[in-house]
Amino acid sequence: MVAAAVLLVIHFVPFYILISVSFKKQMDLSSRWSLPNYFHFENFALALEKGGLLQALINTFIITLISVILIVLIGSMAAYPLARVKSICNRVLLSVILGVMMIPPLSVLVPLYKTMVAIKGINTYWGIILISVTYNLPISIFLFTNFINTIPTALDEAALIDGCSKISVFYKIVLPNLKPVTASVVILTGVYVWNDYSFQMYILQKKDLRTVTLAIGSFFTENAANLNAGAAAALLAIIPPILLYLAMQKYFIQGIADGAVKG
Amino acid sequence: MESGKKFTRFLNSDKGLSLLCMPALALMIFFVLFPLLQGIQISLTNWNGYSQKYSYIGIENYKRLFTDDMFYTAFKNTLIYGIGSAGIQTILGLAYALLLQKNFLGRNFTRTVIYIPVMVSSLVSGYIWYFMVQYDRGALNDILQLFGFDKIDWMANGLRAVLIITFINGINYVGKTMIIFTAGLNAIPADYYEAAALDGAGKWTSFQYITVPQLLPAFTTNIILNLIGGLKLYGLIISLSGGGPGYASHSLQTLINHMYFSNQNAGYAAAIGVVTFIFIMFISIVVKGAIEKRAGEYN
Repeated sequence: MVAAAVLLVIHFVPFYILISVSFKKQMDLSSRWSLPNYFHFENFALALEKGGLLQALINTFIITLISVILIVLIGSMAAYPLARVKSICNRVLLSVILGVMMIPPLSVLVPLYKTMVAIKGINTYWGIILISVTYNLPISIFLFTNFINTIPTALDEAALIDGCSKISVFYKIVLPNLKPVTASVVILTGVYVWNDYSFQMYILQKKDLRTVTLAIGSFFTENAANLNAGAAAALLAIIPPILLYLAMQKYFIQGIADGAVKG
Repeated sequence: MESGKKFTRFLNSDKGLSLLCMPALALMIFFVLFPLLQGIQISLTNWNGYSQKYSYIGIENYKRLFTDDMFYTAFKNTLIYGIGSAGIQTILGLAYALLLQKNFLGRNFTRTVIYIPVMVSSLVSGYIWYFMVQYDRGALNDILQLFGFDKIDWMANGLRAVLIITFINGINYVGKTMIIFTAGLNAIPADYYEAAALDGAGKWTSFQYITVPQLLPAFTTNIILNLIGGLKLYGLIISLSGGGPGYASHSLQTLINHMYFSNQNAGYAAAIGVVTFIFIMFISIVVKGAIEKRAGEYN
């Protein structure tokens, strides 16, 4: 109990300091450990407008939403034949796809950037969305394949006898059954895309296309003088994923357990 | 009509079913396989990253790696980031999971607070910790001064900066490790422990002979995930030290960025990229193999 309290304090301190700084006036030179005894919201207004955080939140939301929809659709489609047709080719394909999860983003960024320049994908939504989708597909395919393996093939066979084609079995029978694992995929990949920095930094270089992480990064490098507004920006940026976690805690824990079974 | 029937039959075969894989495969070939191959090609040139002209210089870039002090430092740091993070998270994560097995008021809240940093972008997390480790008015230095010590410029020493970043990364992601261990602990049947207690086994003995072997899959997962996470560390280094002081806290990942954008040496950056990729693949395969072999001996 005491040990747990100590843990709680240690892990909470950085956030406490962040909150304290973000609510203080820039001129307030009191210790960061003491909370202000006045109400001051100007840092947040400054972050949203001058820091471009409002625009960044909208950009990030659009990019994350479209990416996650595509990750779920393309991932579940690919997982169905990989789970149902047990050929050597499919097994090799699956392990190659899982290998993609290990690729360090920066290792491919020089050539990837060159490719994106060639197809005019720099500074576009579709450019960052296609890359976010591609690099999050492996975890999606992995989770869907594992889940489809647990759905009895008897269901598929019954539908085949009723005259469904194999592909329509996927849309009519399998897809509606994927709800629980879809929640895990949405949460895991949604957080990855929302928090991504390396891909976004290379693909989105125009100011009005900045995402949340890019906006925070430029806030701390360009406005180094106003750390209070920087703290407010950081606080605003971490609230959406934290709220998502609090609302869907059960699915998160399930998702981590699902993703971890086989490593 | 005839071709229509053929097409339907094709859709109904296993091959036709494989069509569903096509969108995923196309994306992977275009945005993963192609860049990987192109990366090897660029690494054999002296391309500066934007010019139309460049020439092939053979394996010069790879030769340069062996004599480059920056590369050597970044390589060493990457190992510290990887092994250090894996060590901190696995040991602390197991300790947290065990500690929070006992039910008490506020247990769920404690778990939530420990887990929340996992949800935060590592770049942003670095800026949050910046308020702790800053020299002037940093929260840690405030405490030191309160007890009459001198302020410390935490990030001014290369090795110390690397260790601090490793520690922060460990603390940030320990929540994920904790959850995987908790899931593993909950899956151990209670009668194993009861049977051991009947046989007179103490707490330590049952930990050693029941808990640890039963948690082996969780250990494998955690060590590999945390090791790869640490080796790939990027955003946290950018926001906390930017690779400095000098180049003392660069990882291979941040060094690639530095060589490409700041030094305009895309050929060399690509060579580091190829080496990093092979290195991380190699390490994860070796570590996975080693742990699974140990696990085999256990059973």
